[in-house]
Amino acid sequence: MTGADVVVVGAGPAGLACAVTAVRHGLTVDLVDAGWAVGGQYWRHPAPVEGADGAGAVTAGEVAHLHHDLPTYRALCSRLEEAVAAGRARTFLGHEVWTVGRRDGGWEVAATQRRAAGGRHAPGGGELRVAAPALVVATGAYDTSLPFRGWDLPGVMTAGGLQALLKGHAVAAGRRVAVAGSGPFLLPVAVGLAESGAEVVGVYEANPPTRWGRHLPAVARNVAKLAEGAEYAAALARHRIPLRTGRMVVEALGTDRVEAVTVARLDATGRPRPDGRTTVAVDAVGVGWGFTPVVDLAVTAGCATTRTDDGRHVVAETEGRTSVEGVYTAGETTGVGGAALALAEGERTAYSVLADRTGHDPDAARLRHLDRRIAALRSFAAAMAQAHAVPAGWVDATAAETLVCRCEEVPRAAVDHALRDREARDARQVKQLTRAGMGWCQGRVCEAGCRALVADRIGRPDRSAATERLVAMPVRMRDLLGTP
Amino acid sequence: MGRVVVIGAGIVGACCALYAARAGWEVVVVDREGVAAGTSSHGEGNLLVSDKGAGPELDLMLSSRRHWLALGDELGREGLELDEKGGLVVAASEAAADVWRAFATGQREVGVLAEEVDPVDLEPRIVDGLAVGVHYPQDLQVQPVLASQTILEAATRLGAVLRSGSPVVAAQRTASSSTWRLRLGDGTAVEADRVVNAAGPWGGEVSALLGGPVPVLPRRGFVLVTEPVGPIVRHKVYSADYVDNVGSSDAGLQTSCVVEGTRGGTILIGASRERVGYDRSMDPDVVRRLAAQAVALFPVLADVRILRTYRGFRPYCPDHLPVIGPDPRCPGLVHACGHEGAGVGLAPATGAFVAAMLSADHGRAPVEVDGVATAPFAPGRFGEAVPA
Amino acid sequence: MTALTTFRFDDRDVPYRPGQSVGAALTACDIRSWRTTPREGRPRGLFCGIGICYDCLVTVDGMPNQRACLVLAADGMRVTTQEGVGER
Repeated sequence: MTGADVVVVGAGPAGLACAVTAVRHGLTVDLVDAGWAVGGQYWRHPAPVEGADGAGAVTAGEVAHLHHDLPTYRALCSRLEEAVAAGRARTFLGHEVWTVGRRDGGWEVAATQRRAAGGRHAPGGGELRVAAPALVVATGAYDTSLPFRGWDLPGVMTAGGLQALLKGHAVAAGRRVAVAGSGPFLLPVAVGLAESGAEVVGVYEANPPTRWGRHLPAVARNVAKLAEGAEYAAALARHRIPLRTGRMVVEALGTDRVEAVTVARLDATGRPRPDGRTTVAVDAVGVGWGFTPVVDLAVTAGCATTRTDDGRHVVAETEGRTSVEGVYTAGETTGVGGAALALAEGERTAYSVLADRTGHDPDAARLRHLDRRIAALRSFAAAMAQAHAVPAGWVDATAAETLVCRCEEVPRAAVDHALRDREARDARQVKQLTRAGMGWCQGRVCEAGCRALVADRIGRPDRSAATERLVAMPVRMRDLLGTP
Repeated sequence: MGRVVVIGAGIVGACCALYAARAGWEVVVVDREGVAAGTSSHGEGNLLVSDKGAGPELDLMLSSRRHWLALGDELGREGLELDEKGGLVVAASEAAADVWRAFATGQREVGVLAEEVDPVDLEPRIVDGLAVGVHYPQDLQVQPVLASQTILEAATRLGAVLRSGSPVVAAQRTASSSTWRLRLGDGTAVEADRVVNAAGPWGGEVSALLGGPVPVLPRRGFVLVTEPVGPIVRHKVYSADYVDNVGSSDAGLQTSCVVEGTRGGTILIGASRERVGYDRSMDPDVVRRLAAQAVALFPVLADVRILRTYRGFRPYCPDHLPVIGPDPRCPGLVHACGHEGAGVGLAPATGAFVAAMLSADHGRAPVEVDGVATAPFAPGRFGEAVPA
Repeated sequence: MTALTTFRFDDRDVPYRPGQSVGAALTACDIRSWRTTPREGRPRGLFCGIGICYDCLVTVDGMPNQRACLVLAADGMRVTTQEGVGER
């Protein structure tokens, strides 16, 4: 098979569903993902180790208890394996896509290989370049972080980072762990840690459950979500994990590593109260404020983005079609909504690709079902975003010397100076004047904090455009030689 | 004296604002986005004498270099990140080396310091076997965004006002006098006695809007930025064919190798040139070519990663000289655009030119400013009717 | 677990299970940092754990700036604490 009909970037729930649906309806697919196993962050699995080297390796079986809805995952995997065996699909795992560009009327995905097991780069390195008339960007999301005092101490991680250590490596990040931030994702992280032998000293959820009160219709449309929540509540009780709502971690304490966290109650306006703070000894903490969609490849391809209420950029789309012909998207890139929504969107997007490529009219009843399901899940996601918003007073958990940008070591004071004394008016100008967001991670970690800080200081949402990252992953120059 | 509106808050607009304010003008800077939002934030910040052959542009650059050093003294070098980095031009073949030697001889005659060196003496990590290196200690660098901001702040202290976030959408000139009325996209208007077109690559469109079109077009370029690696490249190092590419009028893609280290430890790699309008799309092939050229010059870079690439538009003018001076067709309009890749370097001298010309009678620009002849840059050189 | 697999971290041997990243193996050994920042010399280790943040950079077999959360541990690998941007 040379040149597939569609290249899918991202093998999480959305990309997997899209790929197997496309294959089922006769299209050929190239699927590219940075991970060593398909599944994305949601169904993250240990890197498979084969043969004699595999003795003692972490197995998928031992992390199965951490996963939700594994039968769906296994069904998708086996359909993908069948497609690969039949020559209808190719998978390129361990490949980080560094950019996309137009090629021969379609789109080319350019990737380089991660260091393989054994620790060495693939001999000679080199670049993977696959082109297709249709490109599906299903690149998921990562934890949204906000700065707070001491957040750069080793042992302070994102909630997703704790989860990745568990699912991908069977390692608990610490023996006494705090989980904090906001959103239902904190619950499975806490449960997973407890099941792996760690003591979870508390789940500190910033928002009170009463914030869900306004969204009962959305909840009623998504009974499965309710059941899932009840399941985790029972697991928390079983492991005696205290769930403390209306609280946030305002400081991580320690010299070379985190040794304790200070937890504050939030007042009715979302400001951490000065009184009644408690300090809890921990050796690891995971904080998550929801998720940030990865829209880099879509922005590079020229796709329009829109902004959610909380200032995150998402790819503008209709039934998976972006504003650019031949470029599609599915899953968290269209707005964070979880795995069930990503699965539905992945399938829906495959039908859009199919219709555009072949004129083939897919099963109308199935489309109606998917569209209804997507609408219901999106209403739930919108409710969740409001019920688990960042508290208005989050800035109070920072000090002037707190680093906003961890890579370039830019303190909050520098950002304040740019806004107050140098008349910077948006996040773009702040970045240019302070270097916040110009380091290794290219602002992926600090962008949310910088935008929120700008909004806090200027009294309205930051309006600067989606950050353009034409290089979506650092790429070794050796890998680019010989393929111009 | 009266009020002058400077269109464009990039490095050239900032310098025009400062020098006009110093000359006593009431200055309003308008920009559709903000300070250094366009080309000034998409370049390396080079202040090069080395890439200019003897002629008007080199004369302007030598003057501008003196202005930059003075600005460094007045405003503080830190605020500009002014760095006396020095340039190193290398040639791989004896033939190319001879061509460059002749070029350097002409430069020395007008006061450029250019010393033939063994490249390895200045750059220990450079590839072996190069035919020649010419060291240009006068080449400088600034951080163009910080410099624009710092210079504009200095203008603000003299009363200049910045109005950002809204483009100029219409311009009217009263019949009786040379008073301008510029309408902005947000519905407001600003009146002025003089208007300065410092809109960089958009100078062509802005000049047409103002009624005095000049042929300035965008010329796209990509710059690669590596991971921070420390001081493995110490100067601005480029290959001798760079000057040929800059001077070419070919619309197609050209790449030449330009490599330099920065304070932050990252390495900047350029430079590509192509005329594709304002096409913002990513071209991975350009990145591949630039990377290959850089690795050929500094083999150590093979294992260094590219963190990002920025793509910008240089203000290209067909005769490769900036357009600076009063527009003979439009009383009160002074152009200050079309500097192509040399805008940061030439900005202060351009500001000084503009300040001198604002006060001159219409169409009677001073023959010299700071000892540099103004005629080669005059907008009138294109004739009356210019297709923009 | 059968034969113990190890890599070298500075002056000690760190056991790992095949398939684990360098960062996961170090964490399992209660080691939390393996680089210091260029400007202030602060210790850093895992943060995002999924290859986004680049906080966990470390020198592997003499090559600086490798993401410990992604590089799979291997027998005999030499991992060294990275100071600043590292040396090459």
